[in-house]
Amino acid sequence: MPKAKVTFADIGITLTVPAGTRLIEVSERVGAAITYGCREGECGTCLTQVLAGAEHLADPSVLEDQVLKNMFAPRGHRLACQAQVLDGEVVVKPA
Amino acid sequence: MQTRTMSAPTQAAARIQPGQALAIADGVHWVGALDPDLRTFDIVLATANGTTYNSYVVRGERGVAVIDTVKAAFAPEFFRRLESVCRYDEIRAIVLNHLEPDHSGALPELMQRAPEAHVYLSSRAPMMFKALLKATDITPAAFTLVQTGSRLDLGGRTLAFYQTPFLHWPDTQCTYVPELGLLFSGDVFGCHFCDDRLFNDKVGDFRFSFEYYYAHIMRPFRQHVLAALDLLEPLALTLIAPAHGPVLRQNPRHYLARYRQLAAGRLDEQMVGEKTLLIFYLSAYGATRMMAEAIATGAEAETGVRVSLYDLEVGDVSPFIDLIETADGIVIGSPTLNGDAAKPVWELLASLHTIHVRGKLGAAFGSYGWSGEAVAMMEDRLKGLRLHVPFEGLRLKLVPTEEELAQCQELGRKLAHHLVTPPGELCAAAA
Repeated sequence: MPKAKVTFADIGITLTVPAGTRLIEVSERVGAAITYGCREGECGTCLTQVLAGAEHLADPSVLEDQVLKNMFAPRGHRLACQAQVLDGEVVVKPA
Repeated sequence: MQTRTMSAPTQAAARIQPGQALAIADGVHWVGALDPDLRTFDIVLATANGTTYNSYVVRGERGVAVIDTVKAAFAPEFFRRLESVCRYDEIRAIVLNHLEPDHSGALPELMQRAPEAHVYLSSRAPMMFKALLKATDITPAAFTLVQTGSRLDLGGRTLAFYQTPFLHWPDTQCTYVPELGLLFSGDVFGCHFCDDRLFNDKVGDFRFSFEYYYAHIMRPFRQHVLAALDLLEPLALTLIAPAHGPVLRQNPRHYLARYRQLAAGRLDEQMVGEKTLLIFYLSAYGATRMMAEAIATGAEAETGVRVSLYDLEVGDVSPFIDLIETADGIVIGSPTLNGDAAKPVWELLASLHTIHVRGKLGAAFGSYGWSGEAVAMMEDRLKGLRLHVPFEGLRLKLVPTEEELAQCQELGRKLAHHLVTPPGELCAAAA
């Protein structure tokens, strides 16, 4: 199975995860300070800054894209409940 | 840096007067509202003597800024006080440190009365801002999203913004006036306490209110409190002006230190270098207790894990909340009574929303006579609280056999091993 690496910069932990893993599936288990609300891409609570490897994340859905626009989120930000890691190395931290 | 407060502690306390603002620093006034008859805030928070909704006005050489507003029902009182210190056409900025209705209730009307004012809010707040105004016909003429590092120059008075997300909403921020060493802290360092003498060295003893407020509002966001303290502690502080309760002019740094103590966790220093696994149980005939003890035996075999066993029959679950806050994993056992877990278990599980438990390791177990629904119900609650529940709970019919107790020991061993395995290895194993 293809794998990818995710680093949670706020706690300095790097994980190897299966391709397709959403950030939400691992961030709480390792103690990263990304806080979630609805977990369905609607509330925007889990806004996360992608410090490196944004190209290794699946493109945002129409819903996520709209929420990011509504939040005036700067470039390089994603919703951790939606963002899927595809391959390579991705570094994130809470927005 | 020039700093000034308005009265020495030995002077008689000035009291808030109807329709009048109260000066709290050079060019800064309190223009909030008193709500002395409130006994329950936000449906769930008790208060013995009401609360205040604190709003402030900062006057610079180039205009006036209003920091937060009040609950909608108190808008007339707020506007009378505001009008006692400024004209609406002087208001250049409206700063919202937090958009919850008790601070933004008078905002729509303020925006109508001061249409030239520019709104400043946290970069995490625009969706809430839009929702706040959707029932009105107001379209904000202009608003600016600010974050840590953003500044607004009022002329001789600077507003410097510090994002403190999740203290206690995503949008929460603090606004600092460096020329005065004054921090408008929003809900941070606030409390529900109403006293018209306003300053912490003049009001009645509000320590219990401060602690209660932290415990119920800030405590679930312990991780974010520590991050915010890292941001705020380097600031020179003469005065802290929170959004509820007394203005903190006597030893303001004490309140930062107290937050640091509370957020650090009361038991952390006793558990350095060890993982902690807490096992809670209730037992009607001793079978669930036997399971708990076997799980503990299995867990204790793992080096680096300190295991504790507690019988919930003692009644009061509140001491256990402190333990759980700093624990790495919790295991809960209950017999099944009429298709449900026992009440003390639910009292414990219902109290966990007051602390940060997301991501902790969780598991459930229990003996039963008829059908054993309690284990799955407890597991559902643990998962609902976002604990990590990687192992299926153990449900055993009546008195456990030696073989079944070995299963309990194995569950304990797996739980303890999970705690001492680095997260990276766990995820790699799953990948």
